[in-house]
Amino acid sequence: MSTLSYAGIGETVLAVNGELPATAQGVASVAKVDRREFLKLTGLAGGGLLLAFSLPRAAASGGPFAPNGYLRIDETGVTLYAKNPEIGQGVKTSLPMIVAEELDVAWRDVKVVQAAVDRRRYGMQFAGGSTAIPMNWEPLRRAGATGRAMLVAAAASKLAVPAEELATLDSHVVHEASGRKLAYTEIAALAATMPVPDGKSLRLKPRADWKLLGTRVTGVDNEALVRGEPLFGIDQTMPGMKHAVYAKCPAIGGTVKSANLDAIKAMPGVVDAFALEGNGNAGQLLPGVAVVAESTWAAIRAKRALEVDWDETDAGKDSWRAAEAEAERLAGESGRPVVNQGDVDAAFSAADKRIDAFYKYHFVSHAQLEPQNCTARFHDGALELWAPTQTPGSAINDAAGVLGISPAKVTLNQTRCGGGFGRRLYNDFVCEAAAIAQRAGVPVKLLWTREDDMAFDLYRAGGFHRFEGALDSDGRVSGWRDHFITFTNDGRRPVGGGSLGPGVFPAGLVANVRCEQTALPWQHRCAAWRAPGSNVFGFVVGSFLDELAAAAGRDPLEVLLEVLGEPRLLRPGNPRSLNTGRAAGVVKLAAEQAGWGRKLPKGRGLGLAFYFSHAGHIAEVADVSVSADRKVAVHKVTVAADVGPIVNLSGAENQVEGSVVDGLSTMLGLSVTFENGRAEQSNFDQYPLLRIPATPQVAVHFVDSDHSPTGLGEPALPPLAPAVCNAIFAATGHRVRTLPISMEGYSA
Amino acid sequence: MATLRLRVNGETHTLEDVDGSTPLLWVLRDELGLVGAKYGCGISQCGACTVHVDGAPVRSCSLPVAAATGAITTIEGLADAQGELTPVQQAWVDLDVAQCGYCQSGQIMAATALLRNNPRPTDADIDAAMGPNICRCGTYIRIRAAVKAAAANLRESRT
Repeated sequence: MSTLSYAGIGETVLAVNGELPATAQGVASVAKVDRREFLKLTGLAGGGLLLAFSLPRAAASGGPFAPNGYLRIDETGVTLYAKNPEIGQGVKTSLPMIVAEELDVAWRDVKVVQAAVDRRRYGMQFAGGSTAIPMNWEPLRRAGATGRAMLVAAAASKLAVPAEELATLDSHVVHEASGRKLAYTEIAALAATMPVPDGKSLRLKPRADWKLLGTRVTGVDNEALVRGEPLFGIDQTMPGMKHAVYAKCPAIGGTVKSANLDAIKAMPGVVDAFALEGNGNAGQLLPGVAVVAESTWAAIRAKRALEVDWDETDAGKDSWRAAEAEAERLAGESGRPVVNQGDVDAAFSAADKRIDAFYKYHFVSHAQLEPQNCTARFHDGALELWAPTQTPGSAINDAAGVLGISPAKVTLNQTRCGGGFGRRLYNDFVCEAAAIAQRAGVPVKLLWTREDDMAFDLYRAGGFHRFEGALDSDGRVSGWRDHFITFTNDGRRPVGGGSLGPGVFPAGLVANVRCEQTALPWQHRCAAWRAPGSNVFGFVVGSFLDELAAAAGRDPLEVLLEVLGEPRLLRPGNPRSLNTGRAAGVVKLAAEQAGWGRKLPKGRGLGLAFYFSHAGHIAEVADVSVSADRKVAVHKVTVAADVGPIVNLSGAENQVEGSVVDGLSTMLGLSVTFENGRAEQSNFDQYPLLRIPATPQVAVHFVDSDHSPTGLGEPALPPLAPAVCNAIFAATGHRVRTLPISMEGYSA
Repeated sequence: MATLRLRVNGETHTLEDVDGSTPLLWVLRDELGLVGAKYGCGISQCGACTVHVDGAPVRSCSLPVAAATGAITTIEGLADAQGELTPVQQAWVDLDVAQCGYCQSGQIMAATALLRNNPRPTDADIDAAMGPNICRCGTYIRIRAAVKAAAANLRESRT
């Protein structure tokens, strides 16, 4: 196996950086839009106001009040628009809550509708990198405040009083002096004729006046969910729609030599069967055989009967065993340096103690519970899609590219997503549905079986780290080396989540740090998986730091706080960089809440870990028992999080609880192994996701801080695995260096 | 191919030309338009497809439709004729259980079957009854709390 080194240094703050250049640009462009530009943008893009200015009479006679894309009020009620895909992170509820707070509308009066995909009106619409809250916080507050100001202006005009005498409360404008009040719904049409306020004059609510933000609000789709209504991609249907499946070569790069298409076409319920060549881009359309049928079951049965002779001449030969052997061989050699701070060699020469450890973690699948699916209709040169995707904009472009049509000819309807975890950032399933619909000439719903999903994931790559640590004569961490061996799909860049950057712990904290990288070639595509990079870096650095503390004979809490050092922003001027003061705050809070240092019976221990990702400062303490035969029981996980003000307390707690369970599920027993180019696991019987009996208690503590709010879909996951492994060490004295820990004989 | 009679949510459906080996799940979803039961694995591992046959939870992805001879209840059939949610459904809303929500129809069906026979489930009872249902988002803590809340409400409404 040949190797390839990588010199690029990427930021790790934004999970999707490098994966989705457009996303990163989206962040930048939002940040650059100033108030005036924003209002101009939203005012014009809203359409309603433009119409109101040119046709005030028409608007005044009952037109809706829609000053921007986020709200619409008419005589029948208040509608707020949720711009981003809902994948379970709660943004269909939390983003409209931000608008509602500034608009001063009673939440019970609000109907939330999923927004259309409209770049001009909404900018980037995607679910990734825990960015929805930080990117949309200011714009949504301003959208709500703009609406409120115009409603107040309308009321002032109608009541013939100065606007300064008016207040707003629960969807009404109130004139306290005269005891009069006007419902937003009654003055909406008039509000649409009011001038858009100057951005500088907009007053945002001080935090003390918040009524909705920070409270517990149940998800806006919950009632529809518990009634089983058709919210998800897989639930979509339309007249004349057929059901499609698509068979691909299990080794990436294999092509169709021949298939028993005639026999398949003769099967009951089968409408058509045909081979597609693929477009040369493994992230869009791989070669394969499509079956189109009258029902899902007819399609699945036909796929099982399908016999394809694959040409695997150029197909990948991915082998975990070979990669593991190669990584072990390379671990002691040098890689391409990506972080080099201080004088590492001098620190190691002067060290009192030197510690050396080799860590590894396996590939994992996203296993989002709703398998990939997409409904596509191609008619008169135009494509309409119903897709559970995290990146609707990219889906439109990718599908247009595959069909050779203009993106302007593609419409995408956002559906609720049955989980995402990063898998739906990539739109291969959308491209397949589009290509099959075009060829079949009928609308199709493409469904991947669970087996397809696990065989053609964009996996969280496995990886290997050889660490060396230096301790000085006071038992302080004085030097740190990490040779990270990861994978590359294109032979140039490491896979998504496979880059150490200058932000990786403990760069900037320990004086002498050197990180190097080597990338092994890999054909199966690997990409973002919840908290990309961080979900495994958290484990290795959190565990190795604990090893150093143990080697020094010191309390891991004391060592962690010492490494964090004085309160400071690690990159001055960048408020999304690590703030060591906030970090120490959550570490101390988690330790205190968990009763750190208390005496525990034999075989039971507490483990502590901190990790900073997605601008979230999170510390976790796991309380774990381990039996003599390595049965692990995680009793309780105490989480302390500083992510700024909380938008929806219920949703935020749910994200933390879910991150703990997801982290535990993954570290306990999940892996996808590969041999002869093929994934060896195919369904949940071989991929044992955590179930309710092994679920720990989770105590969530949010630090009340005035820092800018940030997202919570990801950052609570990375500290879980090291906290549990450190607890296993505390309980048993055995250091776990492999994920999943089932590979070291542990089970739940 | 055969003609089958299927009793679902109190209605009897006559299905022409159905292959009796078709899993009940796909008949519900594709033929009857009842999409509340979900496809997750197709091998009775995840429970997203859970429905009731004569009140007992079954994995409809693995039950041939010809064998579904009892009275079938899907999530769409839980609320009463006026649309009033059951205490289990209401607990799921009140406790904001769902994240993505894809598994929750199966979770609610499993919980409903548990509480029909056991008004005061212990944690061990909940583990046993809910163990077959995977929640990939990890909402188990709230599922447990919602089962207990629904049990308390049911006991209250029965006394």
